[in-house]
Amino acid sequence: MSGILTYALHYGSEINKNSTGAISEAARLATEIGGEAHAVVVGEDVSDELCQSIGAYGASKVYRARAPEGLAQPVVDVMAKLISDRGYSYALFGGGLLGFEIGAGLTARLSAGVTMEVTDVKAVDGKLVAVRPILQDSSVVDSGYVGEPGIIIGRLNAFEADGSQDGGSTEVEDVEVELSEWSTKATMVARGEQRGADVNIEDADVLVAGGRGLGRADGFAELCEPLAEALGGAVAATRAVVDAGWYSYSAQIGQTGKTVAPKLYLAAGISGAIQHKVGMQGAENIVAINKDPNAPIFEFSDLGVVGDLNKIMPKLTEAVRARRGG
Amino acid sequence: MKICVLVKQVPDAAVEKRVNESTGRLDRSGEKNLNPFDTHAIEAAMQVKEGGKADVEEIVAVTMGPDNAQRALHKAVSLGADRSIQLTDDALAGSDVCATGYALAKVLEAEAPDLVLLGQQSDDGECYTIGAVVADHLKMPSLTQVIKMDVGDGSLRCERQAEYGYDTVDIALPAVISVGDAINEPRYPSLKAIMGAKKKQLDRKAIADAGIEPDRVGAEGSRTSVEAINPPPPKQAGEIIEDEDTNETVEKIVAWLDERKLLA
Ligand SMILES: Cc1cc2nc3c(=O)[nH]c(=O)nc-3n(C[C@H](O)[C@H](O)[C@H](O)COP(=O)(O)OP(=O)(O)OC[C@H]3O[C@@H](n4cnc5c(N)ncnc54)[C@H](O)[C@@H]3O)c2cc1C
Ligand SMILES: Nc1ncnc2c1ncn2[C@@H]1O[C@H](COP(=O)(O)O)[C@@H](O)[C@H]1O
Repeated sequence: MSGILTYALHYGSEINKNSTGAISEAARLATEIGGEAHAVVVGEDVSDELCQSIGAYGASKVYRARAPEGLAQPVVDVMAKLISDRGYSYALFGGGLLGFEIGAGLTARLSAGVTMEVTDVKAVDGKLVAVRPILQDSSVVDSGYVGEPGIIIGRLNAFEADGSQDGGSTEVEDVEVELSEWSTKATMVARGEQRGADVNIEDADVLVAGGRGLGRADGFAELCEPLAEALGGAVAATRAVVDAGWYSYSAQIGQTGKTVAPKLYLAAGISGAIQHKVGMQGAENIVAINKDPNAPIFEFSDLGVVGDLNKIMPKLTEAVRARRGG
Repeated sequence: MKICVLVKQVPDAAVEKRVNESTGRLDRSGEKNLNPFDTHAIEAAMQVKEGGKADVEEIVAVTMGPDNAQRALHKAVSLGADRSIQLTDDALAGSDVCATGYALAKVLEAEAPDLVLLGQQSDDGECYTIGAVVADHLKMPSLTQVIKMDVGDGSLRCERQAEYGYDTVDIALPAVISVGDAINEPRYPSLKAIMGAKKKQLDRKAIADAGIEPDRVGAEGSRTSVEAINPPPPKQAGEIIEDEDTNETVEKIVAWLDERKLLA
């Protein structure tokens, strides 16, 4: 069977948006190459309802396996067994950390070809070709697969979720898979801890985002917050500074943070790594301040300012205040 | 305890990265350096060694790469590794992730480390995956993107950011961990360490020495094939202002924002 198997990541009673995107993409591709799209949910206590909800995105069958949640290796065991026993041609993942780890594990286990950061998948003569930008998006490679299965790991938000199918007939099948010994050697102690204050950035029309170029945690209070206030917006951050404890996790934009599309995104001291870009490239206007003229962010900013943010931001705040009469 | 650190030689970030149109591979000519993300893995190994919670006998840097990839190993040793291993063989050229992970795992298998550390990504390949591939071959538990790692009794307590916030995971040794670049601030090598690096033991292995099956590596053994390389979709270049006189710069930014009605 030339089916496509996907993984549906869940947390609480919700399926991750990148997973539903992957399922919809798999369903679209399956009709093109002939076959069905099926999904796997792994967890301690996954409800029938949650499994059934996946049907709306186009999966005609959902496998449910009981194993620890939030870790990749148990999912590798489950998917590897399903692929070997039932013969899927491809495994497809939405953007995210676990998709990378599970896809990589399957690559080793099944001697499979893998392509990551995929932005598009094409069906050519009954086979799939993954489209992947490389070298900071300076080239785009069409990558085919030798043999089966092929592993496709999408970039964040690459696949659009379409939850409009009638999932009523979706079959839910419980599968029992013995975990590999090494898959049981990792234990989740705490999952999904939020660090720092809860802030709402998704509704802001204007975001002033700070990165490692601020040089210090105080840079947020001294430079970003006043400018955001002057512009009537909120403050956002990169993972680098959130991991460093400089700013709240809830303000993080990117692959493991939020996706935003404000009218104005002003990036200060941010290099513009792919994992950051995927969370903010939908902004209408992107302004970047960076002292490095070769910073990748200038490749996709509408206005790039090459200079020292310490000099520019305070004056810009003053000027905006004066202009807006604040 | 023995720690192996996987390190890669990559084109210097300052040099423009290119793809060779005829072979479809990365053009790896030009200045080379140790993958900057791997310096965090070496530093993490050093901190385990110096932390006093585990008795680290040895830190071994391991690379797979062409003849000249020794430079990366010298750098790794100057940053604290005790010795290094270079897997190098013409048969490895053109290996994809599947082949590279398999080959590296074969070298590691022979070393039987208690902990394998990697960087979060290679600067040129940007695959983020080698750690999890190697782990499955070695039958070891693994985590990627780890930003805090505390050594316990035969185990590690790791923290990382996943899709829903920070996860804390306990993981039994032996294990494979890729570290995120926020885990530490790598040290600078001392002049003495730089000078001494070339004198430290460096073992070169060909695929036969590592028991690697030739048909599973190289372009032939790879499971992906490059069908085409295209330029990215054309995009209108943004305006650029070089900040010379900051008052003027700010005036220009404000005018730009104003024009787009962003200051209303
Ligand atoms: C699996 C995975 C998931 C990830 N998820 C995310 C995510 O969700 N969000 C995210 O943001 N990142 C994420 N990352 C990390 C990402 O790859 C980058 O490391 C990160 O975005 C870099 O943050 P930064 O731009 O603040 O820091 P850097 O890359 O260090 O950039 C700092 C910039 O500041 C500039 N600068 C320095 N001083 C000054 C000055 N005085 N004036 C002006 N400019 C200055 C420098 O030139 C540089 O360009 C992820 C990575 C991986 C592998
Ligand atoms: N050829 C190689 N030799 C040794 N280590 C490697 C090699 N390629 C990748 N790695 C390791 O794997 C990490 C992730 O690389 P990648 O999956 O290519 O992004 C790097 O930071 C290195 O630690």
